[in-house]
Amino acid sequence: MDTQPVDNILEVRNLRVGFGINKTIVDVVRDVSFDLRRGETLCVVGESGSGKSVTARALMRIARPGRITGGSILLRNPRGDTLDIAALDDESEQMRAVRGDRIGMVFQEPMSSLSPVHTIGAQIIETILLHRDMTQTEARAQAIEALRRVQIPNPETAIDKYSFEFSGGMRQRAMIAMALSCEPEILIADEPTTALDVTTQAEILRLIKRLQRDLGMSVIFITHDMGVVAEIADRVAVMYHGELLEIGPVKQVFHEPKAPYSRHLIGASNKFTITGDHARGGTLPGLDPGVMLDVRNLDLTFRKSTGVLFRKVQEFHALKDVSLKLRDGENLGIVGESGSGKTTLVRALVGLIPADSGQAIYRSKDGRDFDLLQKGALRKAGLNREIRMVFQDPFSSLNPRMTVEQVIAEPLYLEGKRSKAEIRAKVISLLDRVGLPKNVLSRYPHAFSGGQRQRISIARALSVDPRLIIADEATSALDGSIRSQILDLMFELQTELGLSYIFVGHDLGVVRYFCDRIAVMHKGVLVEVGTAAEICQNPSKDYTRSLIAAVPGTDPDHRRLLTA
Amino acid sequence: MDKTQEALAAADEPVFEAHTPLTTQGTETQFQLIWRAFKAHRLAMVSLWVLIFLYAVAAFAEFLAPNDPLDVNARYTYAPPQEFRWFEHTEEDGWAFRPHVLGYDVEVDPVALRRTFVMDEETKYYVKFLPETWETKMWGFIPISRHLIGVEGRRDVLFLMGTDRLGRDLLSRLIYGARITLSIGLAGVGLSLVLGVIIGGISGYYGGIVDNLIQRVIEFIRSIPPIPLWMGFAAALPRDWSALQNYFAITLILSLIGWTELARVVRSRFLSLKSEDYVSAAKLDGAGDFRIIWRHMLPAFSSHIIATATLAIPGMILAETSLSFLGLGLQTPIISWGVLLQEAQNLRALADAPWLLIPGVFIVITILAMNFLGDGMRDAADPYGSNH
Amino acid sequence: MLRFIANRMFAMVIMTLVLSFVCFFIIQLPPGDVMTAYAAQLAAAGDSSSADTIARMRAAYGLDEPFLTQYFIWLKSLLSGNLGYSFTLQRPVSEIVSSRIGISLAVELLAIVVLWGIAIPVGIYSAVRRYSVGDMFATVFGFIGIAVPNFLLALLIMYIIYLYTGTAVDGLFSAEYVQARWSLAKLWDFFTHVWIPVIVIATGGAAQIIRILRANLLDELNKPYVVTARAKGMSERRLIMRYPVRVAMIPLVATVGWVLPTVISSSIVTAIVLNLPTLSPILLRSLLTQDMYLAGALILFMGLLTLIGTLVSDLLLAWIDPRIRTGMTDG
Repeated sequence: MDTQPVDNILEVRNLRVGFGINKTIVDVVRDVSFDLRRGETLCVVGESGSGKSVTARALMRIARPGRITGGSILLRNPRGDTLDIAALDDESEQMRAVRGDRIGMVFQEPMSSLSPVHTIGAQIIETILLHRDMTQTEARAQAIEALRRVQIPNPETAIDKYSFEFSGGMRQRAMIAMALSCEPEILIADEPTTALDVTTQAEILRLIKRLQRDLGMSVIFITHDMGVVAEIADRVAVMYHGELLEIGPVKQVFHEPKAPYSRHLIGASNKFTITGDHARGGTLPGLDPGVMLDVRNLDLTFRKSTGVLFRKVQEFHALKDVSLKLRDGENLGIVGESGSGKTTLVRALVGLIPADSGQAIYRSKDGRDFDLLQKGALRKAGLNREIRMVFQDPFSSLNPRMTVEQVIAEPLYLEGKRSKAEIRAKVISLLDRVGLPKNVLSRYPHAFSGGQRQRISIARALSVDPRLIIADEATSALDGSIRSQILDLMFELQTELGLSYIFVGHDLGVVRYFCDRIAVMHKGVLVEVGTAAEICQNPSKDYTRSLIAAVPGTDPDHRRLLTA
Repeated sequence: MDKTQEALAAADEPVFEAHTPLTTQGTETQFQLIWRAFKAHRLAMVSLWVLIFLYAVAAFAEFLAPNDPLDVNARYTYAPPQEFRWFEHTEEDGWAFRPHVLGYDVEVDPVALRRTFVMDEETKYYVKFLPETWETKMWGFIPISRHLIGVEGRRDVLFLMGTDRLGRDLLSRLIYGARITLSIGLAGVGLSLVLGVIIGGISGYYGGIVDNLIQRVIEFIRSIPPIPLWMGFAAALPRDWSALQNYFAITLILSLIGWTELARVVRSRFLSLKSEDYVSAAKLDGAGDFRIIWRHMLPAFSSHIIATATLAIPGMILAETSLSFLGLGLQTPIISWGVLLQEAQNLRALADAPWLLIPGVFIVITILAMNFLGDGMRDAADPYGSNH
Repeated sequence: MLRFIANRMFAMVIMTLVLSFVCFFIIQLPPGDVMTAYAAQLAAAGDSSSADTIARMRAAYGLDEPFLTQYFIWLKSLLSGNLGYSFTLQRPVSEIVSSRIGISLAVELLAIVVLWGIAIPVGIYSAVRRYSVGDMFATVFGFIGIAVPNFLLALLIMYIIYLYTGTAVDGLFSAEYVQARWSLAKLWDFFTHVWIPVIVIATGGAAQIIRILRANLLDELNKPYVVTARAKGMSERRLIMRYPVRVAMIPLVATVGWVLPTVISSSIVTAIVLNLPTLSPILLRSLLTQDMYLAGALILFMGLLTLIGTLVSDLLLAWIDPRIRTGMTDG
């Protein structure tokens, strides 16, 4: 084909992997063929359920309960001898010698992928001793070396720590150290940065790239994030429903995608760039409108006490002196990494978490001022109908035991102003508004997909004609294309009903797309606020700058992360 | 390449959510989903029928018992179960449908002076359907004298499961005992449920110091061996109390310790539900505390509570039988399966009359059925596969 | 870690106090006071000097004082090693306890060892080889263990042995050894008897532990860290023993806390049925005769035993679970 076979370290031909479901075997990976070249980074992309993870695990024969039902996986050593992995037994001596020694693997969840009851060191040393004829002391020295290689500070002491004593990023480094402890020829990384914050993701991506260069290994990188692909891939393979749709050099796939599905994926990711031109967020809309919500010096600490006699009170200062204004009709984005306090902030505003001090003055429809931080403020004067919330998880935010009608009608019923028939008519019109047919009325939430559930949540929020909708990571749990549909629906509703949004998110691209102004939070502190364009193109604070710098681009021609 | 065509079509369509088409119904209520999941559990379904049968027997004990359970027969102490035959062979008719049992022949061992019963092929007592035999009051107020089966002759006896030390009919006693043993399990769990739901609810709802205190109390109760505590309390009951007082006192003692597990379940469900987004959403919808608990939270854990309660019944029954067996629980003239087993306490009695162990078989069947039923209910309790 | 131990110790002291209070409450429960039953006995025996004796003893036990004062008098004498006096056995409670405690503990400890010895390998086996014939046997055994009451199991074994050998199982020693000094022969005789109660006591607990261990292990077998270990190239057998089993054992150590109450409860019933020379038959007798000081002391003692067991399991847990050891959680 287009490569000289000598260059290939791995040749996969017509690979099929099947799972037994109800006594029949269903192939979830069908006729996948690709080559992996020495020293290259091959990214495998696809949405959840595309078979990318199963393919990766099949290469190591750890795909159980799935098993290989056809095809071959040829692993080639530098002398040109080949070993057909697909023909080996899962548990054979030969296969075990390949795992961990010639092919290393890194997983998505570093916390659960490391044993909670063994030290990091014990787990790495074990790998080394499995494949190398060494004494315990020599293996320990090599393990420390492996930790040093992944830039874990003080590897001599870190080796005796447990995984839960590390931060997420450090854990993933330890995981990589373990996978690379025997210096394998191939590293398979299965969504290794998906569970990490964006800045940590950038560090891990850089680390993998550097180690790849140093050790001269090939990397198979599995991800659903086209941005990450654009940043690190040499070649890309696109998978959909168990099939490999196309494979090619990264620039070719990005600029001239062959498969319509690839085009769709790239299109969806291009929509949410932080650099491009967007409809909103350049300047403030219209003349300076009135201030709707004025948050002043909000402070909040979580306390947890343990023990009977020797009480230990653990404190976590979640919000530190946060002040912030929301103008009438604007979309305010709040971004930050996990633990930044962004969700706590909005939950405090609606009274779900009590604040310690500060004020949040809200000017209601009829021009009166209320402090939302007062206990029970939302109950007064029907404020809970003016301010509504849409939650992140579309599966836990709808009561599985209530029908769609009951869910949407609940606030209307509690309002107590309408008759049963009026409520029903209103629910039907709301469903229509969010794009759901009226025959869903008597269905329960489990009959719907994530995107449809989020539409139901929005209908519930709209039911009492609100002015402000607080969307807490409302699109984070959705796949790319559905995310943009929901955001566009929210835009439409805004123009139609004159809404304002507070939009909490961790994905800067999405927030940039949707918001007029952005507030950046870090460790409970509001770092800076500015128009979306200002924050993304011309940030004034170091933290914001590092955050922006860590966001993967969408163009393989202009890589942002690895050049820095 | 039709897969790719599909992908293409999907990519061009704005709605990529075709995985869950709206044609699936999804209109089943929680109860329907739970019932469907439960029905798939074979063992649980069988157990359900077994328990329905046992409870029906307990409910209609007066009608079903062939003999007065308190009727003493000096002639027939430790009489073995009679042989029961459906058909009779006679010279005139040949084989005919005439259900009957054989009478006893008593042989006295001249050395050990022990009586042994043997079946007498000649004596036949005909078993009648709905005969008029002994007088009693159904549920304590409807006088009846007809029973499901019985023998009518003056000297005829019907001991299908043998008799005890005083010649009382074990089958009838077993049927009466079912009423006490099975109901004490329900009553004990009912009382535990009330205590558990209230205390667990308070613990989960208020949290803080109240919660801490209640948790410590539960921890304490659970770390003490229950049998000696039960024994201690039961032994302290006044000896002159009536059977009914005794029954309720024992129920109370059992549930004093039994509520902890239920309280624990209620509390943990409460806490996990409190942090569910849909409960927050209900709060933001403007629902009051009562409505949130009643409308939004209770339906989510009622099924779990029922399952836990079911799984607690066997423990209650075991405790009652153990206490009664030791002579500290229910006292004669109350008949419970534990009281019946007390008769089998020494090896001598057991060697002479192994049928005295029959109530034990029923205890085991009941407890197994309760466990299977509870397991099935627990597995089916959350048909949405969320919030464990 | 130190803080954890200190907290547990403190909790233990509080629990012991509460336990002693509950026991004293039980002592006081029967109508009348402790002397009433004794007085009745003396009167029945025709002892004419009883009134005088009773009055003296009343004063000594502070029986005319209020409840709380009586409790403190009782507690104080407990702390000085005086457990009270058994009126029915006419001996100090401490003497009765010390004469039987050794055998009691031996039987219970043996039962616990057997219980874990059965439960752990069977639990691991039936999780790893799920739905195998062995697993099905384990499941059936589990249901028997849960559904057959202890006293019934003891009766059944007794009856079966009687049917096949014609001998009645009774106590822990053959007649010739009951009074004999300890020797190898007596020890052997002890073991030929003790297996019956040990098996009866262990069955129920073992069934529960097998269920728990199996469920825990099935959970752990699907955890990502197992896949990680597999990806290292470890053999399946070594991997299972080293990772999921190790993790699944941790909650099991915590169950020592509630296995003990179960074991002690079932040992009481079993010992009574099999007429063992342990504390349990004494407890039953004292309760039936309302010899409350003896009963209270025995219940206190049995409760204390489980509290100590719970403490040991907590400390053990802290020792084997690094998450507690390093102060991440308080268990």
